[in-house]
Amino acid sequence: MEKGASKRDYSLLGRDAKAAVESGLSAAEWYHTDIPRKQMKELMKREDGPAIRDTILWLGSMLVTGAAGVYFWGSWWCVPFFLIYGVMYGSASDSRWHECGHGTAFKTRWMNDAVYEIACFMIMRNPVTWRWSHTRHHTDTVIVGRDPEIAVMRPPDLFRLMLNFFGILDAGYAMIDMIRNAAGIISDAEKTFIPEQEQPRAIRIARIWVLIYAATIALAVYMGSILPLMLIGLPRLYGAWHHVLTGLLQHGGLADNVIDHRLNSRSVNMNPFSRFVYWNMNYHVEHHMFPMVPYHALPQLHEMIKHDLPRPNASMLEGYREMIPAFLRQLKNEDYFLKRELPPTAKPYREELHAAPIAAE
Amino acid sequence: MSNWVEVCATDKIDEEDVIRFDHGGMTFAVYRSPDDTFFATAGLCTHEKIHLADGLVMDDIIECPKHNGRFNYKTGEAKGAPVCVNLKTYPVKVEAGTVYISL
Repeated sequence: MEKGASKRDYSLLGRDAKAAVESGLSAAEWYHTDIPRKQMKELMKREDGPAIRDTILWLGSMLVTGAAGVYFWGSWWCVPFFLIYGVMYGSASDSRWHECGHGTAFKTRWMNDAVYEIACFMIMRNPVTWRWSHTRHHTDTVIVGRDPEIAVMRPPDLFRLMLNFFGILDAGYAMIDMIRNAAGIISDAEKTFIPEQEQPRAIRIARIWVLIYAATIALAVYMGSILPLMLIGLPRLYGAWHHVLTGLLQHGGLADNVIDHRLNSRSVNMNPFSRFVYWNMNYHVEHHMFPMVPYHALPQLHEMIKHDLPRPNASMLEGYREMIPAFLRQLKNEDYFLKRELPPTAKPYREELHAAPIAAE
Repeated sequence: MSNWVEVCATDKIDEEDVIRFDHGGMTFAVYRSPDDTFFATAGLCTHEKIHLADGLVMDDIIECPKHNGRFNYKTGEAKGAPVCVNLKTYPVKVEAGTVYISL
């Protein structure tokens, strides 16, 4: 299908953005499973312990594998160490950026902020821009024209998706955005979600990052080796695959323009390694429904509300087995989506709210 | 002139917690701090009009349940992104085990 033939206008300044605001689909009241206040308070409670432990493991493993990679540089022995280093740099940073952006990872504020800034640098997301874009993602999750973080637009661009397993397009766009911001330019789309008073900080951080990358490149040129870039910058490419692998499952192939996270988000059972890298964001319906619940309490939240949610996919493989055919069908019919089946114990979907998705008109 | 409006009995609000109070077509959030003092603010987050009474009270902070925007509920001060506009606060008094706010 020709790109121009899409019914959906994903531009934040476009037709569907305007229609979503006018119809009340934007900033709507979303469905929530009922949880007694006392239990909710327990779930929302902040702790430093789990995130301190995980941060020591995360940064510690990067220190060890990075050092080993440097030590074995020039031999094939460096490969496994850089593979691990890359995933910690180019994928674990995605979940750390995300959770610390919500302010829920740590109880202590400065710890959230410090890990947020480090992770943002690694994943190449301006900490100001992305804090606000993610706020919008939670207000208008997968609402066409409103959500700036829709990973798979319809019809899906599968070539782009595959390139992003190696961060090729994302990192390229991130570099362009960084240089543009460093030049003092905030785009019109960014202005739709970043308040004016926050924009100078976005510019300041972009300038600091340009200096860091320039110093790394200068060192690489001086050494006549790409080794410095293997530690800073390139892991965003060679280590991106895991965050794309898990991230596509969040909303891929599911409904858009609905106001029930059970319809547009996917929870997936995952192995312990992926859950560590992904910081439990495999409980994605739960996270969207209750974003103030810290990552370490999501398994508990899942147990509490699973009677009201679609069954999680049993594995990433099962998730991909339903998602890839859905992507292929969307190439021919972009209105196609997977409708999640609810268990008999769940409150039914409010079909009247979802009967006429605006972008499908 | 103050118009004191009855909210609830003091024991209806747990320590370090908040409840929603609707009156005259408006909505408020009424807090009980960890040191057993009562406060009141506008009930909706200044960012996207979410009920703060569903949020989390931590010391003197109320955190919005939707985007984790944080305010000092004693002063109404917005504590940073994604909230930029302060909350309106209201005087509170406790008499004979009942909480009142001044509107």
